[in-house]
Amino acid sequence: MKTTEEIFTILKNNFGDAILELVTSQPVEHFIKVNPIEINKVCLFLRENEELLFDSLMNLSGVDDANGQKSADEDGTQIISGGTLSVFYHLESTKLRHKLTLKVSTDREKPEVASVESTWRHADWHEREAYDLLGIIFLNHPDLRRILMPYDWDAGYPLRKDYKNPEFYQGMKVPY
Amino acid sequence: MIYDFFFKLTGSNFLADVIQSLLPLFIFILPFALFAVLFERKVSAHMQDRLGPMRVGYHGILQTIADILKLIQKEDIIPTLADKPLFNIAPVLVFAGSYAAFAAIPFSSAFIGSNIDLGVIFIIAASGFVVAGILMAGWSSNNKYSLLGAMRSAAQIISYEIPTVLVVLSIIMITGTTNLLTLSEMQTGHFWNWMIFGGPQMGLAKFIFIPIMIINFVIIYISTLAEVNRTPFDIPEAESELVSGYHTEYSGMKFAMFFLSEYANMFAVSAIVTALFLGGYQSPVGYLGNLFGAHWLIPIEQFFWFTAKGIFFVFVQMWLRWTLPRLRVDQLMALCWKYLIPIAFVNLLIIGLITVL
Amino acid sequence: MSITIEKNKAERKPGLRTEEMVLNMGPQHPSTHGVLRLELELEGEIIINAIPHIGYLHRCFEKHAEAMNYSQVIPYTDRMDYLASMYNEFGYAIAVEKLLGIQVPERVEYIRVIMGELQRIASHLVALGTYAVDIGAFTPFLFCFRDREKILSLFEQTCGARLLYNYIWVGGLSHDLHPDFVNQTNEFIKYFRPKIKELNDLLTKNKIFIDRTANVGVLPLDVAINYGISGPNLRGSGFKWDIRKDDPYSVYNKFDFDIPVGEGLMGKVGDCWDRYYVRILEMEESLKIIEQAVNNLPEGDVTSAIPKRIKPPVGQVYSRVENPRGELGYFIISDGSINPFRVKVKGPSFVHLGVLNEILKGHMIADVIAILGSIDIVLGEVDR
Repeated sequence: MKTTEEIFTILKNNFGDAILELVTSQPVEHFIKVNPIEINKVCLFLRENEELLFDSLMNLSGVDDANGQKSADEDGTQIISGGTLSVFYHLESTKLRHKLTLKVSTDREKPEVASVESTWRHADWHEREAYDLLGIIFLNHPDLRRILMPYDWDAGYPLRKDYKNPEFYQGMKVPY
Repeated sequence: MIYDFFFKLTGSNFLADVIQSLLPLFIFILPFALFAVLFERKVSAHMQDRLGPMRVGYHGILQTIADILKLIQKEDIIPTLADKPLFNIAPVLVFAGSYAAFAAIPFSSAFIGSNIDLGVIFIIAASGFVVAGILMAGWSSNNKYSLLGAMRSAAQIISYEIPTVLVVLSIIMITGTTNLLTLSEMQTGHFWNWMIFGGPQMGLAKFIFIPIMIINFVIIYISTLAEVNRTPFDIPEAESELVSGYHTEYSGMKFAMFFLSEYANMFAVSAIVTALFLGGYQSPVGYLGNLFGAHWLIPIEQFFWFTAKGIFFVFVQMWLRWTLPRLRVDQLMALCWKYLIPIAFVNLLIIGLITVL
Repeated sequence: MSITIEKNKAERKPGLRTEEMVLNMGPQHPSTHGVLRLELELEGEIIINAIPHIGYLHRCFEKHAEAMNYSQVIPYTDRMDYLASMYNEFGYAIAVEKLLGIQVPERVEYIRVIMGELQRIASHLVALGTYAVDIGAFTPFLFCFRDREKILSLFEQTCGARLLYNYIWVGGLSHDLHPDFVNQTNEFIKYFRPKIKELNDLLTKNKIFIDRTANVGVLPLDVAINYGISGPNLRGSGFKWDIRKDDPYSVYNKFDFDIPVGEGLMGKVGDCWDRYYVRILEMEESLKIIEQAVNNLPEGDVTSAIPKRIKPPVGQVYSRVENPRGELGYFIISDGSINPFRVKVKGPSFVHLGVLNEILKGHMIADVIAILGSIDIVLGEVDR
């Protein structure tokens, strides 16, 4: 069993700059911020390292941080420009019984995160979901398609805070 | 006898023929199907801790009639891309196949649709006819589920005809006849003269025959069950896999024809098993007609015994259906080719040897 | 997935050529347990590739949750896994309580556990019953539903609803128990124990059922963990892992119960039969828990700890519970307002469906149904 602080030290020694910071300011959960492009290497290390053995990805969730420039268009809808989108990784080791939370933040205009699909196949559908609902592009994902929304949905990503329902989808009126 | 009666009544060969051939349909198949559908629903309901239909008539006895009325009124939907001629012929063909089988079934000593010498062979041939209809239905529906169901059905019916025929063959070797009326007459007397107990002959041969015939009986019962696509062999319909197989696309009366032929078939195979193994229309214990000296009573009693035995086996079919899960296609084929056919062959060989000696 | 198809095509010998048939199973199909579409590539009846398409029931629960305050989310959680609504509320309530840092009275915890375990039995009964129908046996299905009805009546008596309860609230419960609840639950336990045996006699030990399910759809343990499989499916693969024991929440550490695992009694470990049988054994364990909880029920008030205004501090929490189907996780981010900033649900069904292609390859169409039934998905939760 290792605490987040100990794991942070191990990761810092191995990856250096790719590990950004350890966030302990919030109650309940502490997490480690990681560089989005290096996350796949970090995760592979976390799974393979004898002391860590994070063999299970509990959850992967994308979040719209809504921390950019906020403005309103003519009919009052919020538009956010700039800021970040984040992905949280909740890991667990079923052998060593410890848990870890990782966070990556990526640019909202060009949201690119390395895929951890090859480390945990579990991430496959969760990454597709994050792509579908938030528009986060997972680099090297083998099959990055929409999953919950229709394949031909072109009105944006619903979970973004500034998402606006389209008037029509395939000729059908959407707000009913 | 019946034929003579109608001949006297109408004075014409042709009319007598027509009436006699329609008789099983109207006095037996239709009422039986009506009865069997309700019976099945009630049997299944009581096996499953529920009541089944209760609203139409007393305890729902008019439910099937209501269903038939509904089916008649339903729109007859033909899929746009279906092969229309085949799609329309298929239910008729299936129904004709199962109806034709009734022609040679001896309901009693006085009433057999057609007393042909090749009775058993005719029934097997006629029920093989059903395959063509099912394949047509599956192919012409232009639906992949239907097609899969039809292919499964064809494979299944053809495979299971082999053990059926092998068992029938062994009966023919013992009795030397393929006429079902003669076969039933041979099993007269009491139940120990039935074929399942070694047939009418006495002595050592009978004791050797008894276990073999019981095994044969089980084989033919299983394989006829498979031929009429009932659970555990209902893979062509398999509603949880193939929606409902070859009759997925049918509606209204065409669906009703498939439905009707299923129940007709159920009785037909039970009738064959009865006629071959359980003395046909013969009473197990003797006749009231003989007791009272009223000989006209005997054919009626025989009819009663025959339908009673038939319905008992129909009941067993339902019992199995509501108890057992469904086999998979490969397991079904393995059962047929690896177990039933070899055992049937061995039985045939032993019976052949004994009859030669 | 596209890579595997190419490989299959390349391996084929020249000469006589056959084409795969593409069969769309669903979204309207009796055995997909909802509106799931499986795109099956077949060679004869053998599956060479299976692609699930989901989203037909998508309501964007997560977007809804962002627009409501914390207690308004609870009825929406009911509608995700509609066969285990109690447990969805349970998980959500625990997550928000962690965020708030509040302790709930012991009576509330006990009642939550009782309700959760009754829900587990009800949910497993549906899983087992529909599995029997998938395999072709209709009678066990109705037997299971008959028994589930008794549990639903208990729920109805407690909170007035039979399917979507809105019973477990943040910090407490909406109502206290009915005065006769303890009696009736004890009666149910007495009634239900022999019924498990009946189900075993009718279905579990049936030769045809074993033939259909043993050695079919084997899910190896390493694959299962890598795919994030949890709950009875993971235990069916032989891994003794249950969040109720391994990461206890509520008052589960006060009860004595076992964690059944698949042992490969009829075939390989991790086949459909093992997954099925683990559920049967789990029902008995749940009965044990209910029995202990119902007879040691503490006195107290169930609504005293419900906060008037739920306004958690800025922070985030990932909290998980052992839903009847597996690990149900809620990831909640709070920005300090009365509405959650982000609610992400990790539903077990969603995760389990992802492994389908892996175990379907090389099986027959009839096995698709057997395997899909054995992993027991609820489409309401897959699509959320």
